[in-house]
Amino acid sequence: MLTKRIIPCLDVDNGRVVKGVSFVNLRDAGDPAELARFYDKEGADELVFLDITASSDNRDTMVDVVRDVSAEVFIPLTVGGGIRQIADVRKMLEAGADKVSLNTAALQDPNVIKEASEFFGSQCIVVAIDAKRNSDIYMSLQEQNVTGWEELKVDLNTGWVVYTHGGRSPAGVDAVKWAQKVAELGAGEILLTSMDSDGHESGYDLELLSLVSSSVSIPVIASGGAGSLEHLQQAIEVGKADAVLAASIFHFGTFSIGDAKTYLANQNIAIRPLGK
Amino acid sequence: MNDVTAVKPKIAIIDYQAGNIRSVEKALTKSGAEAVVSSIPEVIESCDGVVFPGQGACDSSMLNLRSHFLDQLILQLIANEKPFLGVCLGLQLLLQHSEEGDEECLGLIPGTVRRFPKGNKIPHMGWNEVNIISDHPVLSGVPNNSHFYFVHSYFAQPTDKDMIAATTIYGIEFCSAVAYENVVAVQFHPEKSGTTGLKIYENFVQFTKMSMDDLP
Repeated sequence: MLTKRIIPCLDVDNGRVVKGVSFVNLRDAGDPAELARFYDKEGADELVFLDITASSDNRDTMVDVVRDVSAEVFIPLTVGGGIRQIADVRKMLEAGADKVSLNTAALQDPNVIKEASEFFGSQCIVVAIDAKRNSDIYMSLQEQNVTGWEELKVDLNTGWVVYTHGGRSPAGVDAVKWAQKVAELGAGEILLTSMDSDGHESGYDLELLSLVSSSVSIPVIASGGAGSLEHLQQAIEVGKADAVLAASIFHFGTFSIGDAKTYLANQNIAIRPLGK
Repeated sequence: MNDVTAVKPKIAIIDYQAGNIRSVEKALTKSGAEAVVSSIPEVIESCDGVVFPGQGACDSSMLNLRSHFLDQLILQLIANEKPFLGVCLGLQLLLQHSEEGDEECLGLIPGTVRRFPKGNKIPHMGWNEVNIISDHPVLSGVPNNSHFYFVHSYFAQPTDKDMIAATTIYGIEFCSAVAYENVVAVQFHPEKSGTTGLKIYENFVQFTKMSMDDLP
């Protein structure tokens, strides 16, 4: 049976892993390759590296990171952040990434999804969707006067709004409609982050998750809000996620990947057993 | 006769711009081979074994292969008993045709490549169990029903059931590997399947060494 994937996400700034990775046994908790090895050994099913480097001058450091990690770790590797064009996608794939995640660039020009998936194959094109419940954004949308997105326009009574630029700008686009659109354009997977839940460790946005997951025929990775192992279970069982991504619960050592797998297996969720 | 353990076989990775071949290269190197990435027939031919990787679309891949005269080369290498490992699209393209495209495939293995039926998420992406039913040396030592990493929307359906070396279930039971004589081709990505996957590359390197030893 196809197993549900557990994916630790690492933020990388100027080639170094940042945002509180606190393991006792690591010589260098900022070294992406060492962390990748650690999580591989723990049984992670896949790794996501998110480049949060602010300056575009330093973007190439991420290529080196991908090259180092892929030389040592033989599990799938997704890279996101700062991917602007086809050339960036190519650079990351050549360095050893298996999938590249597009966010802002896809909203600026959705054809990037189509071009990239036709050229490199859908299997390596992930679209990251950062979504926020609409309640407090009505005004900002009015101000922005977003045009050209009639078919994707958010329903202000029910919808979730997609944000770009690391969650700073509302795009005026409905998350569910956008998910359907990216699937149609050839994306192979959706990485769905709830901005409302992210960082609160009080659980994923299950309503958003199940709505998106049941609206598309491609796999959906749940992101944002994991604080307990039960949350992972809910994302899979209620949210219908195909994979669960988490950062802090793993980085701070609250739970190991092994803990998560044992827990999910005990709930009769298909997972890849450790050491196999 | 050479000492089998000391020889480092040269294994070509056929480069036809189809996906991540860096991981294949690293997996081969880690498994004790000298990996040679090339799209030049003479270079590929001079190696002791060949890996035919691939991700992406069937039609564009077939066109790329043909433009480099690699389609004929692959058939010739296999006929010449060169150890051959196909991965993912490198399995699918060995069949006659694919529902994914209009181009004829290599036609080495009778059968068709089909799209997964509706009902499950497509692509089939993630770790799934592989039920190995062949005793081919390249698949040996891998515990049955081990998990391997898959990512594909189409699957190979060989006409000759005897060629099927492993099966996997995703809505339906499909062929996840073929194996016969010098040819092994797998739908999953051993280079992305952790230590279990590396075992396949180690086996293939050993298999290549043995075949070198058999040569006059």
